[in-house]
Order: sequence, then structure tokens, then C-alpha cells
Amino acid sequence: MINLNFVFSEIFISISIMFLLILGVFKNRSSNLIYNLSILSLFIILISNYNLFGKDELTIFNNSYKIDFLSIFMKFLVIASGIFVMLSSSKYLKLNKIYKIEYPILILSSILGMMIMISANDLIVFYMGLELQSLALYVLASFNRDNVLSSESGLKYFVLSALSSGLLLYGCSLIYGFSGSTNFDQISANITEVQYGLTLGIVFIIVGLAFKISAVPFHMWAPDVYQGSPTSVTIFFAILPKIAALTVFIKFLYVPFVNLIDQWQIIIIFLSIASMLFGSIAAIGQQNLKRLMAYSSISHMGFALAGVAVGSNEGIQSSIIYISIYLMMNLAFFSCIFMLRRNNEYYEKIDDLSGLSKNHPILSISLLISLFSLAGIPPLAGFFAKFYIFMAVIEEQMYALAIIGLLSTVIAAFYYLRLIKTIYFDKELEKYDTNHNIGLRVSLAISTIIILLYFIYPSSLLAIISNIKVI
Amino acid sequence: MNFPIISSLIILPIVGTIFLFFIKSNEKNTSIKYVALFISLSNLILSLYLWYIFDNTNPSFQFVENRQWILGLINYKVGIDGISILFVILTTFIVPLCVLSVNYTIKYRLKDFLIAILIMESLMIGVFCSLDLVVFYLFFEGGLIPMFLIIGIWGGSRRVYSAFKFFLYTLLGSVLMLVAIISIYWISGTTDVTKLYEIGIDQKYQNLLWLAFFSSFAVKTPMWPVHTWLPDAHVEAPTAGSVLLAAILLKMAGYGFIRFSLGLFPVASEYFTPLIFILSVIAIIYTSLVALMQEDMKKLIAYSSVAHMGFVTLGIFTITQQGIEGSIFQMISHGLISAALFLCVGVVYDRNHTRLIKDYGGLVSIMPKYAIVFMIFTLGAVGLPGTTGFIGEFLILMGTFQKSFITAVIASLGVILSAAYMLWLYKRVVFGNLIKDNLKKLVDLSKNEIFILWSLALPTVFFGFYPELLFKTIDVSITNFLEMYEFNINTYLSNKQ
Repeated sequence: MINLNFVFSEIFISISIMFLLILGVFKNRSSNLIYNLSILSLFIILISNYNLFGKDELTIFNNSYKIDFLSIFMKFLVIASGIFVMLSSSKYLKLNKIYKIEYPILILSSILGMMIMISANDLIVFYMGLELQSLALYVLASFNRDNVLSSESGLKYFVLSALSSGLLLYGCSLIYGFSGSTNFDQISANITEVQYGLTLGIVFIIVGLAFKISAVPFHMWAPDVYQGSPTSVTIFFAILPKIAALTVFIKFLYVPFVNLIDQWQIIIIFLSIASMLFGSIAAIGQQNLKRLMAYSSISHMGFALAGVAVGSNEGIQSSIIYISIYLMMNLAFFSCIFMLRRNNEYYEKIDDLSGLSKNHPILSISLLISLFSLAGIPPLAGFFAKFYIFMAVIEEQMYALAIIGLLSTVIAAFYYLRLIKTIYFDKELEKYDTNHNIGLRVSLAISTIIILLYFIYPSSLLAIISNIKVI
Repeated sequence: MNFPIISSLIILPIVGTIFLFFIKSNEKNTSIKYVALFISLSNLILSLYLWYIFDNTNPSFQFVENRQWILGLINYKVGIDGISILFVILTTFIVPLCVLSVNYTIKYRLKDFLIAILIMESLMIGVFCSLDLVVFYLFFEGGLIPMFLIIGIWGGSRRVYSAFKFFLYTLLGSVLMLVAIISIYWISGTTDVTKLYEIGIDQKYQNLLWLAFFSSFAVKTPMWPVHTWLPDAHVEAPTAGSVLLAAILLKMAGYGFIRFSLGLFPVASEYFTPLIFILSVIAIIYTSLVALMQEDMKKLIAYSSVAHMGFVTLGIFTITQQGIEGSIFQMISHGLISAALFLCVGVVYDRNHTRLIKDYGGLVSIMPKYAIVFMIFTLGAVGLPGTTGFIGEFLILMGTFQKSFITAVIASLGVILSAAYMLWLYKRVVFGNLIKDNLKKLVDLSKNEIFILWSLALPTVFFGFYPELLFKTIDVSITNFLEMYEFNINTYLSNKQ
């Protein structure tokens, strides 16, 4: 008998999606109710997921679904950031007239897809989860359908993402053909020697996954989609799919293919270096904040991949710490962007930040903290994220990766400084509105305080994450 | 558990900023200044008390605090010895004067400025006290944030360019140091400085690690040829910012050279000494010549800072008792004198809004009090016997003579050049006939300015005549430090044979 307690979160969220959909169809003007109920159901699965911490790891459904510390922790991150994203974006949706019942339901479906991806221990289950989250994301990207940019971004994301899913599926079939199984543990047991078919399959899957986390050279969709989508979706794009895809990266490379590390390590190192450098350099010329954040997230993913490329438990842990801190910094930054509102219109150009510190000192301080943290300047959390990564990288004596990475942080520092310069040194504009909803304020306050005070007690996160042992 | 006095020194200004943050202030209400002054003065008193209870005869680190910080990797460890305590006191001494000097120089956003200065103070004390490389790096780099804002918000017309240049130059230098710090962790298994002193670092890595640390310290010092950020940063920073930069920030690198480059990599330091000698001598001669040609007073003093710091690096790498003590003394002296010189420039700049030398002349006839203090500091910068400047340079040259005769001879030329540019500056600004009309309206020093400048002048002269007080503090630590150094070198040489 399968103990369904361990998949309670997934079951509960599926039921609430269906329930909310029916409720939305039959009850008029229920978008507010559904939005709040979705947040509530996320809270419930957050708690039920929290209760799983400390339990032994186990696999269910014929070994195709695995509940271990890694998956519990990453699901926790996904759900928690989902709650923050929803809390912070409700007013934005209302003012842009996209506060519809489908929106929270799509968000819930894509979170469900991510949870399945994270726990998958089988290529088919993993693909199913991936497609569920992607399908929801295509719609979300073009959710503001009257806006040309939003429609464009949805279409672009759909076409390119479908292509990458195709590649990924082809890779899965190659691996099935050469190893005789779709189960991760089985594949690992069946692989005895290096076969070109397997290597090819790994490459295809890495390409597919690199596309999902927008690593160079598979990043082309990111800037357009980030810019075109509604900001509430951009923040979602910037955080949640990255967490899920990074987990899959880790599980996929280190569970079935850990013995083939010589085959894939160099690819990951290349992806990492290319993303770090390209993301930093390309961001310099940007004028739009969302587009800038797209490039910034590309370079941040490069750092997270550097941890994955190391090939040790420390490397994996460091990249998980990186993604946890990254999500906090992005949450803080996008919450600040949500606050750039004047007469019910949102602003997203760099020039709109001009002289912000004169009229909005607290908002500016939050931006300052999140930007310096994104740039990785001590003593803010972003520095520790990079510090752990380089600890792991240098332990394996990959000095070239470390030095290129650190030099790219200097380049990246330039464009973060440019924002700070605009905020603090330039002439002020008109005041922005200050009547923000409480959810947005809370998520900004929490994320900023965590970034600022992380240095006082950095062990807390480290102690949790050091339980994650994949190899 | 003893009272954590060093952590309190570090934390106190930050706690103060929280108070400042909640005080309402506007352009007219300057009472906030007194709150900041109170905080920095109490920190000064605390540090003087620390000096009082500091044991001169004990060569090891005192008041050490050691706490677990990053799980299983890094401990938060702070403590002081004879080398660091003087820098701590220099910091706590300069900051209240900076706070006092904001009256005239900071016209807007006073509260933010005071907060930045106090955060800066915390971080700089942290730099001088930290006994762990990662903790050190944290404080060392953290200082970039407030300094970037100080230059960028309150600076002159080209402030944005200067702030960016300052930030990116120093960051670029420092990231290599971070790689080196992490490498040390994996090579030796710890980043605790005292433990590293004992176990040493494998010789085959030392040269590369030394270069990585050098890249960071050379930019911060600044040494030729990476000194170009300094004149820009100085010229554009507000007076109080220049004072902080010259008096304390530049000393972080000199301190780092002694504590880390010499202490951790003795073999590599020996190997690279000629490089440092060449760069220092170039810095002394070249920047002195550049200083001669400057038309902007602040820029002239900035270049003279580079030359003076050239003496400091020269002295440190003589690796003799006289050289290192001279360097430390020179850093303290430069901290007082350059701070005062920037304040002197600030005084006339606030009145006449120009820093060009040619706009001045004949100030002695209307600003006699100003002429007196300016002269004291000019002579201090020249290195006249009876001021601290003389003792530092003299000891450094004495140390250099033991190592390399020719270097010492060339470096001595720098002393002459410094006399040339400083006295010429003084002559053009203060002496001569008062012919410019707009200068005739200038008023002499206010009480506030007199207080600030004389509180810098007194120690300059006092320690010039009675340096023993400072040497007593550093002597034992330096002797011990050099013994350890010799020991490490000798073990290396005997291993080689």
C-alpha cells in the first residue's frame, strides 16, 4: 500500500485547481475569491510540505517518484516563492485589468508541474511535469492579450520552448534506447560503459534544460519574454521555473549519469562561463528594467551552474544556496519595480528610477540593498551566495572557472552601479504613488531584511542545505 | 566571558546609524550632527580605553573573540595587537573630526551622509581588527558601498565618473584576493590568521597567492601604475570624504601588506621585494613630479598621498624593524597630515568655491590663523624634523639603506621633491600680494575649524617630538612579527638545502 501522505501536496493542489476552476465558472465576479483561495491552498501545501522535513527518503509509484530531502527543500522554495509572488502582484493585476480567474489557476498548475518535475525519478514523469509547467507558462506569458508585446512574448516562448521540449524528448528516447529503462536508478545501474548514443542523449537533454533556465547559448527567448510579459509573470519567470529546472539539472546529471561525469562536465562548464560573461556584458546597454533583469538572471544562472559543474556534494549544495539567495534578491528587486506606479500606471524604464532617493528614501534603500546584493558586494547575502559557489569551485581546483566568474562579477557590478547612480545621483522626477497593498510591502520587507541581515547568521541556511546529499 | 570590547567598537557606530535613521531632519535642523558626534566620540573614548588597558609587553593578539560564524568553515575572529591598535585609534580619532567638518561642506542630505560615515567607521575598525581572512574581506569590500555613495552623492561635477572608477578599480583588485583567500582555505584548511601564522602556507603556492593579495592592496594603497583612481576620487569627493579616504582607507592596504603579505607569505615577500622597491621608487619620484605640475590643490595633495604611500610600501618591504615601524608611523602621520591638508583646502574652497591654485594668493594678510595651521601641515608633509612626517620618512630611509643603497638614495630625492611641491603650493596660496578682489572678503577660520585643525596639529607636533609613546605600543609586536618572519624564511632555506 502506497502511503499517499507523502504526495498529499500534489494531490491537494490538483484538487484545488479543479475546484477553483469550477467555482470560477459558476460564480460571477469571483476572481478576488479565487485569488485568495489559491494563496490559501499554497499555504496549506507549504505547511504539509514542511511536515515532510526530516522524514526518510522513499520512492513511490514503481520508483518513478522520489521524495528525498532535496525534493522536499526545493518544493518548499517553489511554493514559498509562489506565495510571495502572488502576494506582491495582486494590485498590479487589478490595475492592468488582468485580474481574472484563470490567472491564479494557471499559476497553481505550473507550480504543480514544477513539483512533479522536482520529485520525478523517471524520464516520463519528469517530462510530464515539465510540459505541465510550460503549458501554463505559455498562457501566462501572453496573459495580457491586448498588449502586442505580451502576445509576442507568449508566442515566442511557445515556439522556442516547444522546440527545446522536442529536443529533450528526443534525448529521453535515445537514453531509453541505449540503457533500456526510463527510471533514473535503473539507467544508472544499466550504464556500464560510455556509449555515444547515451552521450548524445545527455547532450539533448542538457540543451532542453539549459533552455528552461535560459543559459547561454539557449537564452535568446529570455529578454523578450521578460520584457513583454506582465511584470507579475516576469517575476514568476525569473524565480520559479529556474528553481525547478535547476533541481532537475542536479538530479538528472547526478543520479543516472554521475558515472559519465567526464562526458557532461565540460558542457556545463561551458554553459556556465558563457552565461556568466554574456549575461554581464549584454546587460550593460539595456534601458528597460525587466530586460536588464533577464540578462542579470542569465548571468546568475551561470553562477548556479558553476556549482553544478563541480561534481561534488559541496558544489550541489552551493548552487542550491545560490538559488535560494537569488530568489530573495529577485523578489526584493521586483517588489521595488511593482512600487514604481504613478496614477495607476506602472513604469519600468531605468530612467524612471531617476532621483528616486529624494522622494522615496526607504524604497531607494531597499533597491540599493538588493542591487548591491545582486552585484555580490559583501556583507550582503549575494556575496555569500557567490562565496559558497567559489568555495566549491576552488576546492576542485577549477581556477579558470573561478577567475572568469569573479571577473564577470566586476563587469556585472557596472550595470548594477548604473542603476544605483540613477537612483541616487540623478535629478528627481515626480513622486510615485505610495498606496501599495500590504502583501507587496510584506514581501519587500521580508526579502530585503533577509538579504541585509543574512551575514549575521549565515549558518542557518547552510545547516539545512548540508543535509542534501545527492551523490 | 569577558566583555567583547572590540565587537562593541565595531557595532557601536552601526547601532548609532539606526538611531540616526529614525530622527527626522531637514536642511535647517542640524541637531542630527550632534547625535552622530556623540556616537563617534563615545567610540573614540572606548578605543582610548582599549589603548589604556592594552598590554604593551604582550606580543600576541589581545581581546580575542572567536565565535562560530559560517558553519564548519569560518569563525568570526577579531583581536588586536600593537600593529592594529594604532589604526583603530586613528580611525576613531578622524571620524569625529569628519562629523564636525560637515557644517560647511555638506549642504544637502546631511542625515544620509552621517549614516554613511558611521557605517564606514564600523567597517574600517573591522578591517583593522579582523583575524580571519574572510571576515577581513567582508569588511574590506563592504567599505566600497558607503564610499561609492559619499563620492557619488556629495561629490563635485565629475563625481559619477570618479565614483565608478573608484568602485570598479578596487573591486577588480579585490576579487582576485577572494580567489586567493578561498584557495588558502583549501590549501591550509583554515582562514584563521593566527593559525596560518603557525602552520604557514605551502611554498609552492605562495607566489601566486602573494600576487593575488598584491593586486588588491596595490589598488587600494594605491601604488603606481594603478593609482589613477585616487586623484579623481579625491578631487570629486566632499571634504569629509577626502579626509576619510586619505586618512584611513589608504591605510587599510598598508596594514594588509604587513599583516597578510608579509605575515602569510614570507618566502614570496622576499622574492617580490625588488618589484615593490621599483614600484615604490617610481611612485615616489613620478607622482612627486606630477604633483609639482598640478593646478588643483586637492589633486596636488592627492598625488602627494601617492608619493607618501610609496614611502610606506618601501618601508614595509625592507622587512627591518626600522622600516616597518617607520611605515606604521608614516601611515599614522600621513593620516593626520593629509586629513588636515584636505581640510585646509576645504576651508578656502567653502569660502571661494574654487580649488585652483592660481585663484589664490596672499591669504596670509587676511587669514593669519589659517596661514599658521596650513604651515604646520605643509611642514609636516615635507617631513621637517619636529613633525611626525620626519620620523616616519627617516626610519623608512634608514631601513632601506640596510637593504638597498641605491633605492634609498633615489627615495631620498623624493623628500626633496615633496619639499618643492608643498612649499611652492604654500607660497602660491598663502604668500604674495593680495591682489584678487574676491579674496579680500574672506573671513578667517571659525571656532569650529580652529578646533578641528588644531586637534590634528597637536598630535602631529606632539608625536614629532615624542614618538616614543607610539613606538612603545608597536615595538613588541613588530619584534615578535619579525622573529616569526625570520624563522619562516630560515626553515624554508634549510628545507631547500
